[in-house]
Amino acid sequence: MNAAVRHEALTPGGEAFRARLRVRGLRKSAGGVLRISIDELGLAPGGVTMVLGANGAGKSLLLRLLHGLVLPDEGTIAAPPGVQSMVFQRPVLLRRSVFANLDFALKIAGIGRAERHRSVRELLSRHGFGDRAGQPARSLSGGEQQRLAMIRALSVSPAILFLDEPSASLDPAATSSIEALIRSAARQGTKVVMVTHDPGQARRLGDEVLLLHRGRIAEQGPAAEFFAGPVSGAGRAYLDGSLYLDP
Amino acid sequence: MQDFSQSFLSALWLILSGDGDLWAIVILSLQVSLGAVVIAAAIGMPLGAWLAVSRPPGRRAIITVLNALMGLPPVVVGLALYLLLSRAGPLGPLELLYTPTAMIAAQAVLVTPIIAALSRSALEGLWDEYAEQLTSLGQSRLGAIPTLIRDGRAALITAALAGFGRAIAEVGAVLIVGGNINHATRVMTTTIALETSKGNLDLALALGSVLILIALLVNVAVSIVGRDGASPSGPSASGTGPQMAGAR
Amino acid sequence: MIKLIALCAGVSGALAAGLPAPLAAEPRAITVQSTTSTQNSGLFDGILPQFTQETGIPVRVVAVGTGQAIRNAANGDGDVLLVHAKPDEEAFVEAGFGLERRDVMYNDFVLVGPGDDSAGVRAAVDAPAALQAIAQAGAPFASRGDDSGTHKAERALWAAAGEEPGRAAQAWYRETGQGMGATLNIAAGMEAYALTDRATWIAFGNKGPLEIVFEGDPALFNQYGVILVNPERHPFVHAEEGQAFIDWLTGPRGQAAIAAFRANGEQVFFPNAG
Repeated sequence: MNAAVRHEALTPGGEAFRARLRVRGLRKSAGGVLRISIDELGLAPGGVTMVLGANGAGKSLLLRLLHGLVLPDEGTIAAPPGVQSMVFQRPVLLRRSVFANLDFALKIAGIGRAERHRSVRELLSRHGFGDRAGQPARSLSGGEQQRLAMIRALSVSPAILFLDEPSASLDPAATSSIEALIRSAARQGTKVVMVTHDPGQARRLGDEVLLLHRGRIAEQGPAAEFFAGPVSGAGRAYLDGSLYLDP
Repeated sequence: MQDFSQSFLSALWLILSGDGDLWAIVILSLQVSLGAVVIAAAIGMPLGAWLAVSRPPGRRAIITVLNALMGLPPVVVGLALYLLLSRAGPLGPLELLYTPTAMIAAQAVLVTPIIAALSRSALEGLWDEYAEQLTSLGQSRLGAIPTLIRDGRAALITAALAGFGRAIAEVGAVLIVGGNINHATRVMTTTIALETSKGNLDLALALGSVLILIALLVNVAVSIVGRDGASPSGPSASGTGPQMAGAR
Repeated sequence: MIKLIALCAGVSGALAAGLPAPLAAEPRAITVQSTTSTQNSGLFDGILPQFTQETGIPVRVVAVGTGQAIRNAANGDGDVLLVHAKPDEEAFVEAGFGLERRDVMYNDFVLVGPGDDSAGVRAAVDAPAALQAIAQAGAPFASRGDDSGTHKAERALWAAAGEEPGRAAQAWYRETGQGMGATLNIAAGMEAYALTDRATWIAFGNKGPLEIVFEGDPALFNQYGVILVNPERHPFVHAEEGQAFIDWLTGPRGQAAIAAFRANGEQVFFPNAG
């Protein structure tokens, strides 16, 4: 971990999902170009925050910075206490069975073997994978693989779940099953931070919207207000489909 | 050369009929080369995995050297080991020269860079794919090494087989440190060299064909075992645990 | 019964050879550094089982060129040296690497070449003349070029012939840098002349177009000697067993075994231990 990054509990003793994910002075450059520059950011506690923006606006990079996969050049990120998970656009499943994929995540989380196996079996049967536990995970359909990746991410009861376009390459049925998982996670108190390119999905799921433009925050606010009438030029351009990254 | 098929059949017959001398040679060949591959894999695979996941200073240089060492001349390895193991050399008191142990050591030296370099390149691809997910799950880079080795086993088996192919076919190193001593350190390749030097070219070629056949059988056996072994294991053993089917 | 007779014969042989009292503990194996000619002709396979049966001492033979065998023995990587380059053997003893050198047996070198004998070697009066004929005809000649006993003998014969091939690049003089068998394979492949010891030649299986084109000159005499590696220099040497082997080889039992050995039906080594 970079010394400049502090993951700290903001409200010790408080309820985890009431804590804010807070960012100060965050800068990240790549290839000599400043990709992310955020002076101040706090995400609404609980609920679903949708990160929107044009291609190349820095959405995925921001997610990775918040999750700690990428270290910032400078700045601090203060996260609420608890585990974090992330699901990627393309599910990354181990070359093992469905069962072993969940078991692996719980094992790293430090859960003992007996309890682990019990939880995995319970999770698999609850989500309809009970009869396919021994099947190689990669033999599942694309939608099922992503659903398994979601279940794996949620298996450790994360305080925050980061989602990077998890349904971008899925058909409508698979997309709606993923969305159902997201809703249920949010209901149970997991803070969801999700990147999507689908304004319809952002409308359906989002409680809060964060619009990124060229690595900076163009607009942030409740989803209903954003979709009713964005206040920023970038927000209006985004909604009528004319927001591009100028060269 | 018209006698070749006849020589081949008679060499094959010697093996099938259980000719003690030839069998001893075949078995010693397998013992030495498999032993060398096991040692080389124990060193090379973790080394390759480590190079795949970490970015130590001089990593490119290490990889370049490793790739170059894949072409290590067996004679040079044999000679270097001879100088070490010779009674006049620093390890002379171990009395390992002209023993199968010395031959295993020589082949392990030859094969380790091959397994390490091939493992590195195979596991690097896997790490590209797994890195973010494993980090997200909370696994450290070094902690990822066993995960990569387990999930990359198909590619690693191929790397081990490439090493085995090199070891079993190698003659220069085992000839020098083994001495090609009858009933002690004579293996397939040194027997072939000996028969060639006796001018028994047909027999030498026939033994060579038997060697190829044995290498083929080992490959087939490993690929069958590898296919079974590649299926997920572990929790399936526990009572109502899921049935594990064959994986890719 | 046969075993018993062999045992009696062995004991009497050992006594006749002046063996010291039976070896105390389980006899240890000895390593003999020797030359390809003794191995490729099958001599060791022919006589060693008898020695091991009589004494219980297993013998492990490392067969390399004489030059390499002498260097290996100087490093202490062997208990006994059995090679054929008398001046070098004497130098080996002189330098303190070995104890006494003893004659064991002899055979001779022969010149082999293509049956049509384009260089006219068959007509030569002696060995130097034969080599001169090859040099003058520029006929291909395959030399060991590996510092072996045979190579040393060949160089001495060229010197006697007043020739110095290989000094400059000469297309007809090919140094193979390999053992006798490999060199004969090359000679057969390119229809070249070559100098070889008779034992290797008779046992050699890939003669191709080659025949003996010159033999019989006393200059082609090829003496084998045996030396115990000096145990004071190399304490690892199994001196007791090594000496037993030397005594057997130069004694009546070993000498008889050498005389009885046949390669392709011919006697190829002639015992002459003093």
